Amino acid sequence: MGTLNVLVGVCLIYVVFLFLIAFAAERAALEGKGGWLRSPMIYTLSLSIYCTAWTFYGAVGYAARSGLEYLTIYIGPSLVMIGWWWLLRKLVRIGRSQRITSIADLISSRYGKSNLLAVGVTVLAVIGTTPYIALQLQSVTVSFDVFSSAYGSELTEAAQGSNALLVAAGLTLFTIVFGTRNLDVNERHHGVVMAVAVEAIVKLFALLAVGIFVVWGLGGGVSETLARIDASEIGQWQMRGDRWATLIFLSGAAFLCLPRMFQVMVVENENEDHLRTASWAFPAYLMIMSLFVVPIAVVGLDLMPAGSNPDFFVLTVPLATGNDALAMLSFIGGFSSATSMVIVAALALSTMVSNHIVMPIWLSTQSVGASVSGDVRHVVLLSRRISIGAVVFLGYLYFRLSGGGSALASMGLISFAGVAQFLPVLIGGIFWRGATRTGAFAGLTVGFVIWAYTLLLPSFGAGTLVSETMLAEGPMGVGWLRPQAFFGITGMDPLVHAVFWSILLNTMSFFIASLVGFPSPLERLQGAQFVNVFEHSSTPQSWGGSLAQTEDLMVMAQRIIGAREAQNLFEREAKRQGMSGLLPEPSPDFLQRLERELAGSVGAATAHAMIGQIVGGASVSVEDLMAVADETAQMMEYSSRLEAKSEEQARTARQLRQANEKLTLISEQKDSFLSQVSHELRTPMTSIRAFSEILRDSDRLSEEEKIKYSSIIHDEALRLTRLLDDLLDLSVLESGRVNLNLQSGSLKGILDHAVSSALTGAGTSKVQVVRDSQQEEVMLYTDLDRLSQVFINLIGNAQKYCDASVPKLRIEVGHSTGALVVDFIDNGSGIPKVEQAVIFEKFSRTGEQRVKGAGLGLAICREIMTRLGGTVEYLPGQGGAAFRVTLPEEAALAAQ
Amino acid sequence: MSAKHNIPFLERQSYRRRRLIDTIRMLPVIGAVLWAVPLLWRQSEDSGTVLTSDAIIYIFLVWLLLVVGGGWLAQSLKRSNAEERERGR
Repeated sequence: MGTLNVLVGVCLIYVVFLFLIAFAAERAALEGKGGWLRSPMIYTLSLSIYCTAWTFYGAVGYAARSGLEYLTIYIGPSLVMIGWWWLLRKLVRIGRSQRITSIADLISSRYGKSNLLAVGVTVLAVIGTTPYIALQLQSVTVSFDVFSSAYGSELTEAAQGSNALLVAAGLTLFTIVFGTRNLDVNERHHGVVMAVAVEAIVKLFALLAVGIFVVWGLGGGVSETLARIDASEIGQWQMRGDRWATLIFLSGAAFLCLPRMFQVMVVENENEDHLRTASWAFPAYLMIMSLFVVPIAVVGLDLMPAGSNPDFFVLTVPLATGNDALAMLSFIGGFSSATSMVIVAALALSTMVSNHIVMPIWLSTQSVGASVSGDVRHVVLLSRRISIGAVVFLGYLYFRLSGGGSALASMGLISFAGVAQFLPVLIGGIFWRGATRTGAFAGLTVGFVIWAYTLLLPSFGAGTLVSETMLAEGPMGVGWLRPQAFFGITGMDPLVHAVFWSILLNTMSFFIASLVGFPSPLERLQGAQFVNVFEHSSTPQSWGGSLAQTEDLMVMAQRIIGAREAQNLFEREAKRQGMSGLLPEPSPDFLQRLERELAGSVGAATAHAMIGQIVGGASVSVEDLMAVADETAQMMEYSSRLEAKSEEQARTARQLRQANEKLTLISEQKDSFLSQVSHELRTPMTSIRAFSEILRDSDRLSEEEKIKYSSIIHDEALRLTRLLDDLLDLSVLESGRVNLNLQSGSLKGILDHAVSSALTGAGTSKVQVVRDSQQEEVMLYTDLDRLSQVFINLIGNAQKYCDASVPKLRIEVGHSTGALVVDFIDNGSGIPKVEQAVIFEKFSRTGEQRVKGAGLGLAICREIMTRLGGTVEYLPGQGGAAFRVTLPEEAALAAQ
Repeated sequence: MSAKHNIPFLERQSYRRRRLIDTIRMLPVIGAVLWAVPLLWRQSEDSGTVLTSDAIIYIFLVWLLLVVGGGWLAQSLKRSNAEERERGR
């Protein structure tokens, strides 16, 4: 019993040692000192959780039963590791760039972030892993049992159960303490990885020690041992080829798909370069682990009494030869392999369960959603912890219920075949862009149903879950659906049969459903990101030190929030952290603050993506990109609104400037108008005043003179009156307050009236008017008086200004497009070109002041014609002065 | 050394690197083929069956070959990566 107590003591010391190692590693990582934590060797050793208690104890039993078949379990993973360039490299890159947290996360991310798929994978992973955890608990309790029975004290079943419970509780505690200390964005657990690496060395050392003891201590050297092997019952090569190939495939697939392997291989990977080292170092580890298995099995078979359990030869052989210390070492080795597996498996599964099952449910029950970040972090940690407990407890439950009866190896293989169902979806997802969510669902469902039907259910033994008749004749007598002989193909090994059909049908359903379905946009984006990961992501930088990161953050921050502000912020942070200088440690606290600061300038999603890029080395995910695009769109909209507004203002300013120019012009016009008017008024006024003064002051004026002077006064007064009339007329017309007196009449009549009015009192020098009365037979509907005024003015002008010796005026009526035109053409010298432009302006008079006139006539004409809807313009090139009056056709038509 | 002399030298290097990656890709295939050889061994009980000791030696030799080959290739790749980085690519 003493040895047993020592064993328990050693066990406890070992556990404390593990806690300390993990604790130290966590601390070193936190302080940023753990460069050695990130060495490729640690990574390689952490992969060794592939070798569980199943390897440590079970491999020997396996070899004792089936010869070299056990090697397939290690050959598969070796090939996968050696072929790292094909698959693992891509998987690790994807895992890093997409911040993948588990295999369920990977599959759901690839297929459009489907949570349903994640839930499915999680449930299947739990189903596949639970027997495996049970297996580890069983191995620990049985090895206890082996020890105690060797010392003559059989453990009761209750004691075994409580042992298993104790172990389970301890493992749960360890996983919770080091697996959920903090919520790391990258889901890396330095403490756990370090502990696993140490355990890898312990179990390798223990197995090697037992092996060396067996070969050189008991076997008597290499050649003797080899001879002994050949002489034993497994001395001849007896291997079914189908099993050999299937098992190599199966172990390779499981190596990729096991949640715990995915955890250490992809999630905990610090640097892609580590994979390069592990690609040869891990096969070497596996090789050494399996090197002494056959010798131990053979010596065990020789040494131990018939019927003893070959699964525990690693323990019983040293015990039987009285080598207690070696046995204890071997026990610790087995304990190590069991515990490290349970810890990582619980960690991996709890991440999946918590992320894909517990959190979505919790969030959906919360009305606020995930906006309160601190609160959610707490909940995530809690749900992780509960999930770890639940997973380990599930394993314990399975162990108690199954009674721990079946051989370790077969239990392990069933588990392998279960998780291997992820393989088609996984490989298809990262190499084939056409793989869709529907396909993944179909493949996984078909694969798992067949696996359960052909392997899992029959494994409980005929007559328990599957009746014997069903095994022999198929469900309800359907022969081709017999669980171990699909399509009537009998004679296949049950495992090979199950793996073959499940993987084949899984792949086919996955493929066909993918071909038929149509993926969502997010799915297609993610597909492209996964399949072309090497084009989308650069090699993640391995940072020389944490301060380098801070410097990069500083460079970025300066660009965004300005140099002075950024430097102040960093200096403040450095002071807060108690550091001298400008650069603070990139602590999560600081990063959060910085992100908030940046978010104020560039938006939250952009800030997060930028910091993530520098700190995490991860590339931006599709969701990040979408959020960034969203923010950018908002900003662009805002700026385009601003732009529109400023354009409008510019337009207004332009209009104002134009209006101002116009006003200035008008003001100038008004000034010149006023000065002209006053000038025009003053000239007659001056003569009126002068002559009226003469009449008043001079008494000696003859009657004749009096008449002459008073007639001058009269003329000038008339001229003034006319000028004032014209001005009044013009102002009325210009202001638009004129009332048109519309009535109908003939053009001929108007012209007759105009000619007679204009030529009244002209005396002998009357201009000769040439008309064509035929053309003038046009009825008009317009303001006849005003039109006549225009005609009078034009005829009067010809009378006044025509300088020909025999003045002649032609009046021609014609039709232009949509208008009636009346041309007044005289035979004078016409108006010089330079003056043509100004004749319609007020007070403009051509040539010398031969005739008295205010120069308002043509201005008034133009105004009148504008009012009547027509025009009056100078018609150049007619030999003399020519004016064209255009009347709208409506005026002519309306009257007809 | 003038730039003229440099260019073919560098191209040769990246050519080597690509062939190195080809070898790395090929290694698991070689391993799979070599480990498939046991499928050809005779299964019957009569004489001429392969002895377990010979099988062990064969399988572990293949393993050793793969590990050493993989290790050598990984080292070469690391060196080639470092050279590439030095060239400022």
